[in-house]
Amino acid sequence: MNQRKLNLTLKIWRQPGPNSAGSFVEYKVSVSPDSSFLEMLDDLNNELESKNLEPIAFESDCREGICGTCGLVINGHPHGPIPKIATCQLHMRNFKDGDTIWVEPFRAKAFPVIKDLIVDRSALDRIMEAGGFISVNTGSAPDGNAIPIPKDVASEAMDSASCIGCGACVAACKNSSAMLFVGAKVSHLALLPQGQPERYIRVQAMVKKMDELGFGACSNTYACEAECPKGISIINIARLNREYIKSKLIADEV
Amino acid sequence: MIKLDSKIPAGSLKDKWENHKFNMKLVSPANKRKYEIIIVGTGLAGASAAASLGELGYNVKVFTYHDSARRAHSIAAQGGINAAKNYQNDGDSVYRLFYDTIKGGDFRAREANVYRLAEISGNIIDQCVALGVPFAREYGGMLDNRSFGGTLVSRTFYAKGQTGQQLLLGAYSAMNRQIKLGKVKLYTRREMVDLVVVDGIARGIIVRNLVTGDIEKYSAHVVILATGGYSNVFFLSTNAINSNATAIWRAHKRGAAFANPCFTQIHPTCLPLHGEGQSKLTLMSESLRNDGRIWVSKFKGDIRHPNEIPEEERDYFLERKYPTYGNLSPRDISSRAAKEVVDEGRGAQGQEAVYLDFRDAIKRLGRKVIEERYGNLFEMYKTITGDDPYEVPMKIYPAPHYTMGGLWVDYNLMSTVPGLFVAGEANFSDHGANRLGASALMQGLADGYFILPYTVGNYLGSEKPTLVETDHPEFEKSKKEIQDFTNKLLSIKGKRTVDSFHKQLGRLMWDKVGMSRSAQGLKEAINQIRELREEFWRDVNVVGSANDLNQCLERAGRVADYLELGELMAIDALHRNESCGAHFRVEYQTEDGEALRNDEEYAYVAAWEFKEVGKWELNKEPLIFENVQLTTRSYK
Repeated sequence: MNQRKLNLTLKIWRQPGPNSAGSFVEYKVSVSPDSSFLEMLDDLNNELESKNLEPIAFESDCREGICGTCGLVINGHPHGPIPKIATCQLHMRNFKDGDTIWVEPFRAKAFPVIKDLIVDRSALDRIMEAGGFISVNTGSAPDGNAIPIPKDVASEAMDSASCIGCGACVAACKNSSAMLFVGAKVSHLALLPQGQPERYIRVQAMVKKMDELGFGACSNTYACEAECPKGISIINIARLNREYIKSKLIADEV
Repeated sequence: MIKLDSKIPAGSLKDKWENHKFNMKLVSPANKRKYEIIIVGTGLAGASAAASLGELGYNVKVFTYHDSARRAHSIAAQGGINAAKNYQNDGDSVYRLFYDTIKGGDFRAREANVYRLAEISGNIIDQCVALGVPFAREYGGMLDNRSFGGTLVSRTFYAKGQTGQQLLLGAYSAMNRQIKLGKVKLYTRREMVDLVVVDGIARGIIVRNLVTGDIEKYSAHVVILATGGYSNVFFLSTNAINSNATAIWRAHKRGAAFANPCFTQIHPTCLPLHGEGQSKLTLMSESLRNDGRIWVSKFKGDIRHPNEIPEEERDYFLERKYPTYGNLSPRDISSRAAKEVVDEGRGAQGQEAVYLDFRDAIKRLGRKVIEERYGNLFEMYKTITGDDPYEVPMKIYPAPHYTMGGLWVDYNLMSTVPGLFVAGEANFSDHGANRLGASALMQGLADGYFILPYTVGNYLGSEKPTLVETDHPEFEKSKKEIQDFTNKLLSIKGKRTVDSFHKQLGRLMWDKVGMSRSAQGLKEAINQIRELREEFWRDVNVVGSANDLNQCLERAGRVADYLELGELMAIDALHRNESCGAHFRVEYQTEDGEALRNDEEYAYVAAWEFKEVGKWELNKEPLIFENVQLTTRSYK
């Protein structure tokens, strides 16, 4: 356990509601390097509450980097400066005494701010509802070992499937593109034999919904991959493009 | 007094579910369209139930307090899901999974429920594979397995260290398909705050819209709660920050009996506490115990770096005490053994922790194999602690993780309030006094995919309940009560923060209603919880308003419920004068410190009926064992 404390200046985005103007508010904190970033905000909120001030609204849930609920832009980086972790896994030992830290919500046209650091990311669910599934009713499945799947194919699908749906890729992208998110799901299901029957309808339906919801296009800056807490590879976007083009040649329009 | 009818079907253990499925009433496809079903919670149980019931043609409304259905805490389950497939040819069978589970639960679960769970387990794997869950495979393309605590066979299916995530995303995708088809309607950012009961039957729910603060009313023919467990009563647990007991607790206060509240599992492999501001304890998957060896120094107060402690001065205490199961002993036993060595003053470098060491496994299998098996867990450990587990043994310590107790349900998963069903961790049904690893995912999906679709139909087909509209006076009354409750919280304007109460309660629960309990400590706990509850209602400060997104208010409502539930947990623990599974009473132990059950007097489910705050009536459902012999659990 570390006894030394870090004295930090936080500049945190406060915005009372979706239609009100927001601004950065400055807070001074003293925090243990073993504390996580969100625990620091918990402490700050407790202090605010004890002064009868409204706590800073921010979201988090599992605090293990898997649920995808948390998401702050810290010093310009979605999920902060350390690669391949979610905000909740960021620990204060990565900062220096005296640092000033800027904290903002994920910003994108498709992610309107609800309050302070909380944004509405439900657009991502709408894309999933459009086609991110395999149509199989409960009870109709064959034995799990009926279709052998090569180990490397299963692992590749698993890599794509490990997306946590946090939206950091969108927040990182200058076009607010959701193509890494969509590419990851399209890849996961297109790689597996179970996903074949709906392979081309799926990609068309998901891309169509993505465009409708105001996400931008990909211009290959790789910012999404760099900021993704799960290290989802840009290959998934290439695969999405390939699947989409193929679908236009092979399948009917959805 | 509630009448507890378990509705266990007649016949031999093997035939019960099959016969019951045939005897249950069916609802015609045309009539299914006329029925409304409310599901609260979108974890494994809730999402799989929503998908399956939607597929059958019912109109389903699903509620979650998250921004997305995919956030439910099932997502964080790491290690795997059990199924009696016997793909490994190592002697597994439905009966063995049943036996392991009932023994693992220290003979405090119903035989019929547990057998059904084992019976269904194989179908779950098939269903998940069909939905595209990328389970780990062997080189030949077949599904891979590993073993978990409390078993001697390899029956655990897994997807890296993210099995819960993949299973949940599978169920979420199946539910999304029904959303697209219009059979399921999803309501996010809504927290259930009350159950509406009219003429003794569940008719709907009241929810708080977490964005606008509106109190909304919804009615249905059936209400299903799949809202998870209540480990967060301890404040520090492996549960997600928002996991809470409010939905089941408010249902309890409307008449649903609460069963075995003191059966709470403390998971042996979690990261130890680092300091005051800590918000949760992180679980390291039990699967690590397949290859990791757990030890402490043989000497008290040994603060040497673990790598400097020579082999002969290390005590591999699980291997020493339980040579057959060793590091894979069940959770309750492993947790208590860790507490014992720490209490002796032999904790890792003087801390409340023991070592989990991969040195030998890396030597035996090579770093690459270990990386493949546990890579992401090792990274997670390093991110949090700053130590590299490839070089230095992990430090772990037990933490509250899972609650076997929950709302009482019959064989059909219906609570003591007709029309109210409870699934997954929220019910008490299958794990007895201790849950085995990789069985929570199995139960959640069994309930949602394969049990509720039948039993809900049976209820609708046989009872033919009518829909009560939301303008009924009971809905209005309930809404008014919730508004009053909210206003009361906001008007106290005391001096203490909500968190300070939660932390104080948590510490109290951990010390006195945690891993080991005594009559004396429990009596003290009951009094202290009552005092703390009074202080809360006198001195809490809930800031902000009711008509806005107000996280302080959300937490306050949940903590108010914990302050009542905590008392019931202590009362239940005090009344159960035996040690069984995770419930360890210091007065009842064998000479070598193992749990001493009392089957004569306590082979029953304790179902508590709510009378008023701080007052409950005990109802007992005797547990009848016709197939297994009650033995002393031995993992030696």
